[in-house]
Amino acid sequence: MAKKVAFLQGNEAAAQGALYAGCKFFAGYPITPSTEVAEVMSAELPKVGGKFIQMEDEIGAMAAIIGASLTGVKTLTSTSGPGLSLKQENIGYACITEVPCVVFNVMRGGPSTGMPTGPSQSDIMSAKWGTHGDHPAICLVPASVQEVFEETVRAFNLAEKYRTPVMVMPDEIVAHMRERIVFPEPGELEVIDRTAPSVTPDKYKPYDTSFGDVPPLAGFGSGYKFHVTGLNKMQDGFPTTKAEVVQAEEERQVRKVEGNAADIMKWEEYQIDDAEIVVVAFGSSSRSARFAVNEARKQGIKAGLFRPITFWPFPEQRLLEISKKVKAFISPEMNLGMCAGIIKGCIEGNAPVLGIFRVDGEPINPGQILDKMKEVK
Amino acid sequence: MEKKLPTIEIIEKYCKGCHICVEFCPKQVLEMKGFVAAVKDLEACIKCMQCELRCPDFAIKVTA
Amino acid sequence: MSFDYDKWLRPGKLPHIWCPGCGHGIVMKGLIRALETLQLKKENTAIVSGIGCASRLPGYIDCCTLHTAHGRAAAFATGVKMAKPEMNVILCGGDGDGTAIGGNHFIHACRRNIDMTYIIMNNMIYGMTGGQFSPCTPTGAKASTTPYGNPDPGFDIAKLAIGAGASFVARGTAFHANQIDKLIVEAIQHKGFSVVEILDDCPTTYGRRNKYKSVIEMMNRLKDVAVPVKAAEKMDPEQLKGKILTGVLHKQDKPEYCQEYAKVIERAQGTAR
Repeated sequence: MAKKVAFLQGNEAAAQGALYAGCKFFAGYPITPSTEVAEVMSAELPKVGGKFIQMEDEIGAMAAIIGASLTGVKTLTSTSGPGLSLKQENIGYACITEVPCVVFNVMRGGPSTGMPTGPSQSDIMSAKWGTHGDHPAICLVPASVQEVFEETVRAFNLAEKYRTPVMVMPDEIVAHMRERIVFPEPGELEVIDRTAPSVTPDKYKPYDTSFGDVPPLAGFGSGYKFHVTGLNKMQDGFPTTKAEVVQAEEERQVRKVEGNAADIMKWEEYQIDDAEIVVVAFGSSSRSARFAVNEARKQGIKAGLFRPITFWPFPEQRLLEISKKVKAFISPEMNLGMCAGIIKGCIEGNAPVLGIFRVDGEPINPGQILDKMKEVK
Repeated sequence: MEKKLPTIEIIEKYCKGCHICVEFCPKQVLEMKGFVAAVKDLEACIKCMQCELRCPDFAIKVTA
Repeated sequence: MSFDYDKWLRPGKLPHIWCPGCGHGIVMKGLIRALETLQLKKENTAIVSGIGCASRLPGYIDCCTLHTAHGRAAAFATGVKMAKPEMNVILCGGDGDGTAIGGNHFIHACRRNIDMTYIIMNNMIYGMTGGQFSPCTPTGAKASTTPYGNPDPGFDIAKLAIGAGASFVARGTAFHANQIDKLIVEAIQHKGFSVVEILDDCPTTYGRRNKYKSVIEMMNRLKDVAVPVKAAEKMDPEQLKGKILTGVLHKQDKPEYCQEYAKVIERAQGTAR
């Protein structure tokens, strides 16, 4: 039988991906340019016995998905820049309490209200450092409608596997453009559920590290009772200020992501093998970059594309390896150099990083990238 | 018939010495001894349980 | 007979963190008696709080407990309840947590009339941070951030809850300890969003700044100011001046949110009759 094919918007694909992954709860608040995710979820979730709620604000929506996730269901919220700022409080709460959930954030111009209908790629540092304190961060940056679907499924998998919030962050162009999408059959993509406790309720501790860096999470209402707090906690979930416990727990929370970076990281290398100029681009910018690389090759310029699909953890080691044999990197991005700064931080000065930075609400076009390639001596 | 006396147990490690039990006992059964509450006149107790109910610190148990 | 609080308390957690004479412990005991009266199942009961002194309450009770972010208890609890409507969900916290930073979540939980019970311990101050004025601090009162007297008018939490749509609203005081569990029992039994405001005392940060010489003076204020709703019916406005009504202030039958959402599911699945 032929696979189901559709012509979908990125935001609609996110909702479909979430449903494929088994999401059963959505809480959100209206915001441009991500509202379509909420609209689709409001229609589709009740059909599968799931729940949709429009909360009073972004903070409440983030809180509600954490509360719902604690009962054992997979949860999603969607938002955009200003909403992401508001959600950061409870994203930190999900990090320290280690509650799986997915935050779909469409990047629009900022700061503040900025340009609500204009694309941007300026929330990538927010995804890593937006909430205060040390914490793990997983952020995926799809570049096509098909990839929005697949990466949303993967976001749920990573959230469940590592007990942590995961962000999916397309820019507004990817979120709003329409493309052909081929729906995977049920079972075709891997779907991971959180590990249930193997001990009886009387022996259960929500942060029992004898089970490794990602302890099993029980659900409220499933026969297990335990305490959850945003304070630094012990293995049994109760607060502590004991120095060595706080240090060990904070390190574990970060380690469970950083230590499993190889499993979480995903990127695409295109024409990299003999490349002298490597364009590092993600989201819609990577689509222009691919076009530019193809054009450059026609003109005899040895160019390649390195496209992060997982933005956090960032593929530092691989870029360092590549940096040893290239003349220059080019970083086209819809912000004022956030990604360029990150690249510089991991290539030990092996090559210059040339930036193309746009914050005018217009996409980066292939011509700009091609011109920049020609500046490389 | 002899009156059966209740027992009033004061858990000293929980008592924070707020005086609420002493002050609002209708029969002046309790007193402060140093920083903690103590039984002064058990015979006067009418088992109204107000001291146990009002103790914020789970420090009083009255068994009738 | 002495009540067995230990059955509901987590072992080894007492003494609690609250100051001498703070009424939060009295309220917690009332809640425990209510849980026992209703014979709720611990593993099927969630107690959710925000931040502040009163919000430390869940840590002591042996149920599914969720100590969340400042003001967010109602939002987290809404997620728990909606995802698992068969759970009993009880919220608790202070006046600042619930009506200032959490004010938006509070009024919308009232509006939805979702079947949860919110116990607000109103001691008219932010205690944990050292006594800053809250939306419930009386006009003119002293707080660490109103050294010249509080210029702000205060909220009447019960009226706020009723106005926002809560279908059960009651008020008690920490002094009237034997009434607390009865109000909470009735609130939990009520289908819909129920609010129980308990007038409380903070001797440490409110009392000493506002000429209360002792815990006892603060308790006496609660004793004197409270008038049961029934008694108030026979009193004239002059007699009611400066008094605060206690008991069940509002009770109404209206559609409950989770039940309404169940109808949405029926409609979406085409199974609605």
